[in-house]
Amino acid sequence: MRTVFFKNKPAIIATSSVGGPKESSGNIGEYLEVKSDDDTFGEKTFEKAEKKILYTAIGNSINNAKKSVSEIDAIIAGDLLDQIISATFSARNFDSGYLGVYNACATFTEAITLGATLINGGHLNYVVCGTSSHFSSAERQYRYPLELGCTRPPQAQWTVTGAGACVLGSGKGPKVLSATIGRVIDFGVVDVNNMGAAMAPAAADTLYTHFKETGTSPEDYDVIASGDLGALGSEILKDLIWQKGYDISRNHTDCGKMVYTMNEKEYQGGSGAGCSSMVFCSYFYKKLCEKKIKKMLLMSTGALLSSLSSQQGESIPGIAHLINIEC
Amino acid sequence: MKNDKDFINENYLNYVKSVSPKTNEPRSLIRAFFVGGLICCIGQGIRYLFEYAAGLNGDELAAYVSAVLIFLGAFLTGLGVYDRIGKFAGGGSIVPITGFANSVVSPAIEFKTEGYIYGVAAKMFVIAGPIIVFGVFGSVVVGLLHFGIINIF
Repeated sequence: MRTVFFKNKPAIIATSSVGGPKESSGNIGEYLEVKSDDDTFGEKTFEKAEKKILYTAIGNSINNAKKSVSEIDAIIAGDLLDQIISATFSARNFDSGYLGVYNACATFTEAITLGATLINGGHLNYVVCGTSSHFSSAERQYRYPLELGCTRPPQAQWTVTGAGACVLGSGKGPKVLSATIGRVIDFGVVDVNNMGAAMAPAAADTLYTHFKETGTSPEDYDVIASGDLGALGSEILKDLIWQKGYDISRNHTDCGKMVYTMNEKEYQGGSGAGCSSMVFCSYFYKKLCEKKIKKMLLMSTGALLSSLSSQQGESIPGIAHLINIEC
Repeated sequence: MKNDKDFINENYLNYVKSVSPKTNEPRSLIRAFFVGGLICCIGQGIRYLFEYAAGLNGDELAAYVSAVLIFLGAFLTGLGVYDRIGKFAGGGSIVPITGFANSVVSPAIEFKTEGYIYGVAAKMFVIAGPIIVFGVFGSVVVGLLHFGIINIF
């Protein structure tokens, strides 16, 4: 059994989202709480910028929940940079407990799973879960310098510059009913530009496990949102889950696919630890509060590679954690 | 527990290959041909300029032309223009010497945040390093072959 049921139904009582220039002018731009037309956010380095967007999202979500920092028992956060410095250095700004987590781009739902478990068990009262990513800091760590004149292959995705954070606790707001913990699955994809294909098998496995263990089917949910499979990865997920006897083509969407408008030419869409958190904490949270969406699955997907592992010829393991939310 | 070699799922990899979008090769080749050709024409223009206006010739002339092209490549990188040319032209702007300048200057700019020693100086040849190593190594091999062939015949 990999599905955790939360009997006490922890609520997502508030969220906050921050987006960079490209994200602000994209499809979900109007739903973002903090928009910036400066991708350095007034900081000297991109790493500092990423830290700033994460602590802004965490701080704003606490304000939006009308809580003080002292009432927050723990911050559970992560990001993509080495030693998750954005999360750790953001936590330095708050006098709350801190748990640093890393599951690449699946960190957001991992954090919510842990936070909801701690609250459901009555151990903690309020927890903030947040993740961030920044295009320029991620490019530098995983790929090439920004000014290098190289081309991106058509299966590539674009790391989202953004952050999202949400406050979990007892109160009003959409409830987290259950979570399905993902398995690390690797089918041998080595193309670092094709993260969607690397993560799709893990996503299909988690989704299938969730349907099986909860006895539900795709029709029971208004929206099934994957994290950052992108356009290609989404198609692969639909194929893989179809082979297992489920049809999600009607209500599936992907946070990475929806974040940019087509004329921004990001090929398969957005990716990054901040992708699913930013999209969920802005667009989906608003729709859940307005009751336009009543039941949804959010499944952040992560590619668990490092630049070293891929240079050493290792394939890319994928993971996906799923949370079931109901308003 | 699974073994490492169990991970490779050939069926899935073939399936991924069949659904992944392909690079538009004719378009890439045409763009690379024209932009690369244009850079070479500019280089040739500079060569004529130095040859007829300044009266240079031989190795000196080649060195002057290379220096000007490297400067242009570095300058356009600094202005943030070269990566846009590269996005359009692909190999057309990577292969000429201006692309080499771009590959040295772009990490130098990028890693300035880590300081001049551990950042700029240490990371400057991150991309160009292999080109230099194999360039020097290749020239040694060719030199030895040349030397050997001359001695034999």
